Amino acid sequence: MSITSTPTQPAKAPANPLMALGLWWDGVVDRYNALPKPARLLLVLLFALFVYALPLLRPPIITTNSIDFGGVMFGAAAFALVALGLNIVIGYAGLLDLGYVGFYAVGAYTTAVLTVYHGSWPFFLALPIAIAVTMVSGVILGAPTLRVRGDYLAIVTLGFGEIIRITVTNVEWVGAAAGIKNIPHPNNIGPAPNPPFDQGGFLELPRVAWDNWVPSFDWDHSTHVLAFGSRDAIPYYWLILSVIVLVIIGDRLVKASRVGRAWEATREDEDAAELMGVPTFKYKLMAFALGAAIGGLSGSFYASGQAGYINPQSFPLLLSMLFVAAVIVGGSGNRWGAMLGGVLVAYLPERFREFADYRLLVFGLALTVLAVWRPEGLLPPRRTRRAKIAAAEIEELEGEGVVDE
Amino acid sequence: LDLGALFGSFDNFLSFTMGGLVFGAIYALVALGYTMVYGVLQLINFAHSEVFMYGTFAVAWTFVLLHGTGDASWSLGRAVPILLVALVAAMLLSAAIALLLERFAYRPLINKNAPKLIALISAIGASFALAEAMGLRDRFANWFGLDDNLADYVAPQKARDVYSNPVSIQPHGLFDIGGYTVTDVDLVIIVAALGMMVALDQFVRRTRFGRGIRAVAQDPESASLMGVNSTRVVQVTFLVGGLMAGAAATLYMIKIGSTRQNSGFILGVKAFTAAVMGGIGNLRGALLGGLVLGVMENWGSAVFGSQWKDVVAFVLLVLILLVRPSGLLGEALGKARA
Repeated sequence: MSITSTPTQPAKAPANPLMALGLWWDGVVDRYNALPKPARLLLVLLFALFVYALPLLRPPIITTNSIDFGGVMFGAAAFALVALGLNIVIGYAGLLDLGYVGFYAVGAYTTAVLTVYHGSWPFFLALPIAIAVTMVSGVILGAPTLRVRGDYLAIVTLGFGEIIRITVTNVEWVGAAAGIKNIPHPNNIGPAPNPPFDQGGFLELPRVAWDNWVPSFDWDHSTHVLAFGSRDAIPYYWLILSVIVLVIIGDRLVKASRVGRAWEATREDEDAAELMGVPTFKYKLMAFALGAAIGGLSGSFYASGQAGYINPQSFPLLLSMLFVAAVIVGGSGNRWGAMLGGVLVAYLPERFREFADYRLLVFGLALTVLAVWRPEGLLPPRRTRRAKIAAAEIEELEGEGVVDE
Repeated sequence: LDLGALFGSFDNFLSFTMGGLVFGAIYALVALGYTMVYGVLQLINFAHSEVFMYGTFAVAWTFVLLHGTGDASWSLGRAVPILLVALVAAMLLSAAIALLLERFAYRPLINKNAPKLIALISAIGASFALAEAMGLRDRFANWFGLDDNLADYVAPQKARDVYSNPVSIQPHGLFDIGGYTVTDVDLVIIVAALGMMVALDQFVRRTRFGRGIRAVAQDPESASLMGVNSTRVVQVTFLVGGLMAGAAATLYMIKIGSTRQNSGFILGVKAFTAAVMGGIGNLRGALLGGLVLGVMENWGSAVFGSQWKDVVAFVLLVLILLVRPSGLLGEALGKARA
């Protein structure tokens, strides 16, 4: 893609504040990696605890005041889960999927159909079926199309997303344009929530109220752990967060395995990988199916969430673009980067609701500016940073050679 | 195969075919922008749909400027003088937007040798921003205190709604094919689109700039070494794509007569589909892909119902790619011989 001679710019001095921030962050990552293993584990646990507690802590500045913060956090977590799944497809296997919302919709609709529309299954029984159905749909889409060259895959998957949306809009069996409502919430543990107030669950936790930076407990708005009602989104947030933790563990295992290495080889050079005996088609299909399954998982939680309502307008094509943007802006190939991207894409428009009408404009500009300023993503994978450092070193050496002439 | 039974009557079949050809011609002109940028840069120019959308507004604004806001219904002949001005305005505005895109969303990334995917994100962001800027044009006018002066153009309070051309153009029948009457509007759109395509094809094949475009498409580095100014070539590519999108926008407004800030999106998706179907990077492929897509989706909507139109289009795309993995005519911007 190098079509213009790259101007040799010194890699050192950051040209803008965003790059300075990026360099600072790279330093933080390096220092973290240098820590002994128990210390790293402790830090991760502390971080996880903080993330779990976030909707109760309600820290000033980041809390959204005009709209329920728990709900926003749930949305951000759902996006993070989607980004985690899409990261397998885009980041690991290098397949551009512009129709990921299709899988999200398949998961959501399978759950809705099984739990309320054509059956009355409990949520946790419908969940594995939804995942399986989405995975099969991923294979059905992937089997013919993954043989098509990379860039063409983008438009084919985009078409898939549209086909799913149009189909659910027009087929009466899945609710047509009106959608499906009253989707049951996940099963409760402890006494069932008692509407309109979500009493029940087995533990009551207060939230923190901030008055001029002075925290205090607010028992009037307490959250009941594991009580999935319609008033409080926080239990849903905890549930999906726990699922994310499980998916991250699975993701680590797969990435470090033979499959992960095969994906990497396929992404970097498909022909070379094939020559080395990697059945690239098989592994691409596997990435597609796994990514789809995680998309379906996320969609399933979305359907049975606080509102318990889905309709075709919940799955527009633009959502696919947002998912892809989340993964790439965050740092495609790095699961933490992808999740950060997902959280930002879901959270920022909600936080800046004051801008109301302007927020999409600002969001679009921010995407472009981010892409231009930090093309490797906010949290690039380690190998990209290593490659960058190596390239800078080579450039430096070559630069010296020119001076000597 | 009994076409009459499938489409209701043979005249219906002709009518759906003709309607498909008209839309296919517009798809093809927009597809050129995708296919040329892809051929030269191997990038999906996602924001090209907004380039088209700005063109449609330029047409409507020209009519407001030269005719006023009173609704009128004219024949094509009467509208021709204003249409010609509108065509120039649309081509200029679309080309300007395309050049802006190249300068701010693409060139910095190309200079950095950034991965292709990030250019896609940059384009998606630019596409959002451009569409939203059009939807918020009443606010911008308000900032500058131009509410009263620009009221007819920004449509205050309903800048996000449908914005119609004040003059609607009535088609007139010219001659019959079987039981179907071909109208002047249909004929002008198809002939104009074909003319533009032929002109562009000759431009790429015969001119000095065209040779530069083909050289960069084949091998950017060697082209640079041979003295081709590749930055300029990329600019020209965007410029030409923008001009074609402006022309497509004019034809679209003749046929449809109204637009809105998100009208580019789905048309852009279709045009990109057409480009891929014909073989991306291939100018003649874009024409063929556009016409095939337009006709097939119209047939599909006749047979299965209009709500399945887009499904037919995408299923067709998958089927064609299965049989011919690089499109109907293959990818060949660089290989076109002079």
